[in-house]
Formats: sequence, structure tokens, C-alpha cells
Amino acid sequence: MDIPLLPQQASSFAVEVDAIYFVLWALTIFFSLAVMAVMLGLAYRYRRGSNVDRSRPVHADLRVELLWTGIPLLLGLAVFAWSAKLYARTRIPPPDAMQIYVIGKRWMWQVQHSNGVRENAELHLPVGKNVLLTMISQDVIHSFFVPAFRVKHDVLPGAYTRLWFRPTRVGKYRLFCSQYCGTQHSQMDGWVTVMEPDDFERWLANEGEKTATTQMNMVDAGKAIYDRMACGSCHATRDAETSAPRQRGGSLYGLYGSLVKLKGGGTVRADEDYLRESIMRPNARIVEGYWPIMPSYEGQLTEEQTLQVIAYLKSLGSAGGEEGPAKSASAASVAARGARP
Amino acid sequence: MTASNEPAAVPLSEAHLESVAPHADRAPSYLSAGHTLRSWLLTQDHKRIAVLYLISISLFFVIGGLAAGAVRVELIKPRGTFMSSELYNRMFTLHGVVMIFFFLIPAIPAILGNFLVPLMVGARDLAFPRLNLLSWYLYSAGGLLAITAALTGGVDTGWTFYTPYSTFYSNSQVTMTIAGAFIAGFSSIATGINFIVTIHKMRAPGLTWFRLPLFIWAHYATSIIIVLGTPVVAITLLLVVAERVAHIGVFDPRYGGDPVLFQHLFWFYSHPAVYIMILPAMGVISEVISCFARKRVFGYHFVAGSSMAIAVLGFLVWGHHMFVSGQSMYAGMVFSFLSFLVAIPSAVKVFNWTATIYKGSVSFDAPMLFAFCFIGLFLIGGLTGLFLASLATDVHLTHTYFVVAHFHYVMVGGAISAYFAGLHFWWPKITGRMYPEGPARLTAVILFMGFHLTFLPQFVMGFVGMPRRYHYYPPEFQTMHILSTAGATVMAVAYLLPVVYLLWSLRYGKRATANPWGATGLEWTVPSPPPTHNFDTVPVVTGEPYGYDEADAPLPVTDSVVSATMQATGGKTPGGTA
Repeated sequence: MDIPLLPQQASSFAVEVDAIYFVLWALTIFFSLAVMAVMLGLAYRYRRGSNVDRSRPVHADLRVELLWTGIPLLLGLAVFAWSAKLYARTRIPPPDAMQIYVIGKRWMWQVQHSNGVRENAELHLPVGKNVLLTMISQDVIHSFFVPAFRVKHDVLPGAYTRLWFRPTRVGKYRLFCSQYCGTQHSQMDGWVTVMEPDDFERWLANEGEKTATTQMNMVDAGKAIYDRMACGSCHATRDAETSAPRQRGGSLYGLYGSLVKLKGGGTVRADEDYLRESIMRPNARIVEGYWPIMPSYEGQLTEEQTLQVIAYLKSLGSAGGEEGPAKSASAASVAARGARP
Repeated sequence: MTASNEPAAVPLSEAHLESVAPHADRAPSYLSAGHTLRSWLLTQDHKRIAVLYLISISLFFVIGGLAAGAVRVELIKPRGTFMSSELYNRMFTLHGVVMIFFFLIPAIPAILGNFLVPLMVGARDLAFPRLNLLSWYLYSAGGLLAITAALTGGVDTGWTFYTPYSTFYSNSQVTMTIAGAFIAGFSSIATGINFIVTIHKMRAPGLTWFRLPLFIWAHYATSIIIVLGTPVVAITLLLVVAERVAHIGVFDPRYGGDPVLFQHLFWFYSHPAVYIMILPAMGVISEVISCFARKRVFGYHFVAGSSMAIAVLGFLVWGHHMFVSGQSMYAGMVFSFLSFLVAIPSAVKVFNWTATIYKGSVSFDAPMLFAFCFIGLFLIGGLTGLFLASLATDVHLTHTYFVVAHFHYVMVGGAISAYFAGLHFWWPKITGRMYPEGPARLTAVILFMGFHLTFLPQFVMGFVGMPRRYHYYPPEFQTMHILSTAGATVMAVAYLLPVVYLLWSLRYGKRATANPWGATGLEWTVPSPPPTHNFDTVPVVTGEPYGYDEADAPLPVTDSVVSATMQATGGKTPGGTA
């Protein structure tokens, strides 16, 4: 049977993480063997009864202490800096990343692509493209872990967490939940399939076809929920209506990514987390000039529906007209639809 | 430090000679001070309380060990061998809860520390003997609650009790288990307070801070962590129960709480708790290496200071458990940096122990072999900690078997080897009997080999991606799991052997002299086992600790050398062993 001693290297982070890993092993093995060899060697040389020079024993030496404090410290700080730099890269997603939404629930991973295609316990990706996962849990804490990519991040209830990476090799890789989540924790696993970009587009279109009659892309699905919940009776979604004085709620046009002034001072960036909070617990942070009258939608929207509403809000334009994830996401969904025969 | 401003040494050496004279007309040993159950259960003698702890902690070690054995057997096959997933999850939780809260945290402080702290500082007992007895009852009550919880359905949260799983989703005995850990925490606090006050206020005349044995420094540092950290975890566990029982929202986002807050509070204690487990172990190693190398510990001030540095820095690194939990990237960087710093004092200790052997006179008795075993395993345990302090590698390795292997190297390889070193070293003092040397040395060798066989494969598995706490696992990991289980079997032998020969020695072991190892330290100036009041006269200390050079100096010694020696060596030929 095949016994893997090393994980596959299938993402842009894998090679560098492994480099740090093996440098650390080199240090570990060197220091362990060196200390043990010196210690046992000395113990043998100075074993009781051996005829060696024991005159003028040393009991303290400041220079030696400083030396063996300083050298490990410098080595350690070098590794710290190297690793921290790489970590910063893994935590800051590039702006062009393709967005995919992940929901963790006991005991299954649910994935939704921006064109609305859903998968369970599977994730299909194109090779060579930056991918940004926006993740949330429906119950307890989970953790999204793909060993071949060297990436992992906890998936929390009540807050979005993000994970990005770039697959570099076509293949099928294991996906695990790595944060203990109860009885069937060990069965909350799955597969990540990395495909050639053309194959991926075909797959995405094909999966979209299969469910086309029931499935809308995320923006449309979000708009449908927005209309059904009658959000528009208080909120405006077009620029022109923003100035209308009788709006009970703030305009949502161009809200995403903008700085919002809060009642009682302070500002907040209207990112996905703020939008989610404002839907679930509207009174947590009130926009300046408005009353705390919006009802909570906690329990009325599933995490998936909330993500769809947010996708719709993001499609209403983002602040500053930057090339944000929102635009690329909708662009991707358009592209995916356009690829249909 | 000179002896000139200290009280004269002569009365000490007279008292000391008297105390070790065989068949002296004197108080009976603490063991024969009463044979009724009542005389044990209501004792206020720190030595008897240590023995009570020894018995109860050993029982919990058996329970935790059996649970570990069950887990290892279950993992021989990728889809399990005899348990349901519910049972498996309860089993690894039982193993973790029992081993952490009821074995590793109390083992060395409550057994060896209780027995030795008063003896080493020249006191007749701890500062608060009744509090000490209470601590044992609290420990036992907490332990009984935890066991009752295990027998009435068990608990399946893992020893970490992560929210909101523990506060809402877990359908198991969370509240009762937490109550057990909560109560046991107060036993820790009581012991910590007792040690701090005793070390501050009850040192013998002349026993200045820098004449204290390093065992005492280690226990002092440990006590500070216990007293500062344990209340935090107690409050945290209370909040879990409050949310679970009364739905008071603290951690569960559905009640407006923050699940990551729990991790901050929990690790604020539970990372320092790792140092509660390892610092006393390091104290034992300093004593043992110095004695069996017959040399003063190299860099005494650095070894003592590093214990305090670990105690302080240890409180600032908890966030390294949370690099992938959603805490900010910058917080991660600060915690990573501090975690690299906290590794340094441990390295300093290891280097100083190595230097201690230089120009020593080394004998390879069982305690020394256990000490070598400790250093060999702790080196790997400590250095693999850097993989997890380092951010980018931690992202991949955390939540996997790599972490499991790492902390077992530190806490089992390190703490248990040191516990065995200490137990063998002071066994003659505690029981008045010598254990058989051959089986004890064999145990050290078996432990070392079995340990590597169990946990080296787990580093490999962890890097490949095997998540921890998995009942079912992908088949490609089976070979490594089988190796690990085989190693656990070997380790089980190393745990059973001492049970046999130590119990055997209670009846058949050679009677121990006051100082069978020719060791320095006040505990070796009193008979084995010591009388209830420890010292017939208050000892006076006139020199630095670990005066092995002076103790081993060729006879006849001049008066000035005698007075410069901290403690004489119990009237036995230096270097001799039983």
C-alpha cells in the first residue's frame, strides 16, 4: 500500500511552507543530536571512576550564557520573520480572486459558486487561478483544511472568515474539517478537484445547466430574496432615490466597500461582515441619521440566503469604483453564463 | 556569598549528625505516626498529604492511560475496531480531561512538591497545613465528579471545551465535567498559595533566595502561574456553564456572543498550564543531574531566572493556539514573535544542564537515565513547538497529529520522564525503601524507545494532513497509526513495570539510609522516611546549594570547607549508591 510521507504540493504556498518546515526540521535534528551527543559524550568521558582531568571545574560563565542565549534567539527570529512574511501573503487575498462561498454545517461542506452552482463535500476549481473562499458556519466552529494546498482556516458561526490560495496542479485532493465539531466530525471530509481552466468552465456551465430551471446565480437569487422580504420598502437601491428624504433605511446603492458614518461617532467599512451584522442584528451599529427600527432577520434567512442577499448588495456597485471582489464575482458569473452553449 | 554573616555552622552539623544516627532515640517516621484510616484522612502532615496525592493521582493516571489505550486500539483500522463515533469522542475527551486536569497539572507539584518544599526550605510543614489537606479533598471531589460524568454518559467536547459546541450542541455531561475541573482548579490554587507563602516566609535561617534549590525556584514560578492563571479558567468554565444552562449569551453568536472569545480566555490559562506541567519537571531535572554528575548546576542564576522568565512570558503567548481561528493577522504576528522568545529560557536550561556534566563524575543510576530520557524527548518536544510558533507552518500543521505529537513529546515525554526521575530519586526518602535498580533502568530505556515509536509516526501523519480527533481516517494513514499503537503498547510496559517493582520495594526493598545518593539539600539531612516534624532542630544554611565539590572533597576536610558547604551528605561515602 502507498504510504505517503509527504503531502502533495498543489498550491502556490506549498513549496515555501515546506521550505520553512524542512529548515525547522534541520534545526530540530541538528540541535537535538548535537545536545544529546555532547551530553552523553561528556557523561561518558566524565563517568564515575574515569581517569580524566577534573581540576578547576566551571560553575558559571556569563559569556557562554550570552552565546547560547543569543544564537538560538537570532536563528529563531530569522525563522519568525520568514514565516510571518509568508503568513501575511496567505492572509491578504489578491483583488482579482475568484469568489466562492462555503458554508460549514454538521457534518457537511456546502459550496456555492457565484453563478449559483452548488456542490456538497466537493469543490471544483480551475488551476492557476486565485480563489477566495468566504466561509461561515451554520452551527459550531469548523475548519476548512486542504493539506495539499497548505491552507486552513476556522469557519465560525456568526462571522465570515476568508481563505485564499492558488491551485497549481490539476488533481484531486482531500478536504477535511479539522476543528472538532461533534459525533461525525471525522466524516466531514470531501474532495477538491483542480481542473484545467477550459474543463472547469465546461464543468461550471454543465452543472449550471443541470440545475438551470431551479437555480439562479447568486446575485439574482439575492434579488429575489430582497424583493420577497420587501427590503425595498425601506431601502433604496438606485442612486437617484438616495436623496429622497422619506427613506426609513439607508440607500444600498454603492454601499459595499464604502465608509459608513455611525450614530454616536465613528465609522465602519461596509464589508461583508458589516452587511451581515446589519441584517442579523441591525441595532448593533446604526448609521448616522437613522433610527434603530429595522427588525432582525436572524433565523429568517439561512446562511446561504444571507450570502445571496450580500452578493446582490455587492452587485449594486461598490465604493470608489475600485476593482473589488464584488465586480470580479459578478464578472465571473456573467462569464460562466456566457459560456453556456 | 560568604558564611561570615550567617549564624555559626557548628550547631547545624551537630544536629545533623545526631539526626542521621541510626536507632537514635527520636520521633518515629511520618509513616508510623499513626496507622488508622483517620490518621491518614485527617492528617495535616505535608508528607502524608503527598502520599494521599500519590495514590489518587496514580489512580487517575491508570484511568487516563486506559482511555489512551482504547483510543490507540480503536485507531488500528481506518473505520474503527470496536467503538461507535460517540464512544470514541468520549474516550479521547476522557483521556485528555483526566490526564491534563487530574494527572499532569497536579502530578509533580502535589506529590513531590508537597513532600519536598518544606523539607528543602528547612520548614516543619507548609504554611497552611489545613489548606493543604483541603486541597486534596477538593482534588478528590473534582476527580470524582469527572469520573461520575464519564460513567453517566461521558463528555464529548474534547478537553478544550470549545464553544459553541460545548455550550449548546454537545449532548453530553459537559456541566458535570466542567464542575469537576472547576473544583480541582481550587485545589491547584490552594497548593500554589501554600508554596508561595512557604517559600517566602518559612525558609531556614541562612537560606537566601539564591541558595534555594532549583526545584524550589521551579515550584515558585509554577505557583505564580497557578495563582494568576487558574482563576481565569475557572471563570471561563463558569461562563460556559452559564451559557449552557441559562442561555446567558457570552460565546454563542445566536445569543450575541463571540465563540473566539472563549478560545482567548481558555488559552490564557491553558497555555501557561503547559508550563505548570513542565516547570516542576525542569526543577526535578536540575536536582537529579546535579546529584548524579556530582557538580553544582552550571549557571545557577540563569537556570533559576529562566524559570521566572518562562512564568512571565508564558502568559503572553496564548494566541499561538489561534493563528487560524479568525484573530487578526497582526495579533498572530505578535503572538508568534513572543512564542519564539519563550523558547529561549527552555533552551538555556538544557544548555546549562549539559554544561553541568562537564568535569563532573557521572553515574548512570535510574533517576539519571530518566533525566537523560527527559532531555532527549523535551528537546524534540520543544523544538517542534517552533513549527507551531512559526505562522505559515502552523497554518498547515495546527489541528493535525503534528500538534498531538508535539505536546505529547513535551507533556508525556518531558513531564512524565521527569516525574519518574523524581519519583525514583526521592522514593527512598518518601518510603524509606530502595527500589531495585535493574528494572528501573530498564524502564527508562523502554519508555524512551516506546515513546519515539508512538509519537514519531504522528509527526509524519500530521504533516501529510491527518487531522486530530478523527475517529475514521483515510486508509493511507493506517500504517502510521499501527506503528503508533505498537509504540503505545511498548510504553504501557514502561508504565506497568514501575508499578510492580515500586510496590515490591515497599515490602522487600532494601532499607534506605538518610542519604542514599550522597546528595546535597536539606531533605537528605533527615532520616528516610523523615519524622513528622521533619527537623529536630531548625537547620542553618551557610553556603550555596549543590555543594558537591565541597562534599566530595577528599578527607580530611578543613573546618572552613565544612562551613562553606550548604549541607553535609548524610554521613555516607560520597558518590556511593545503594
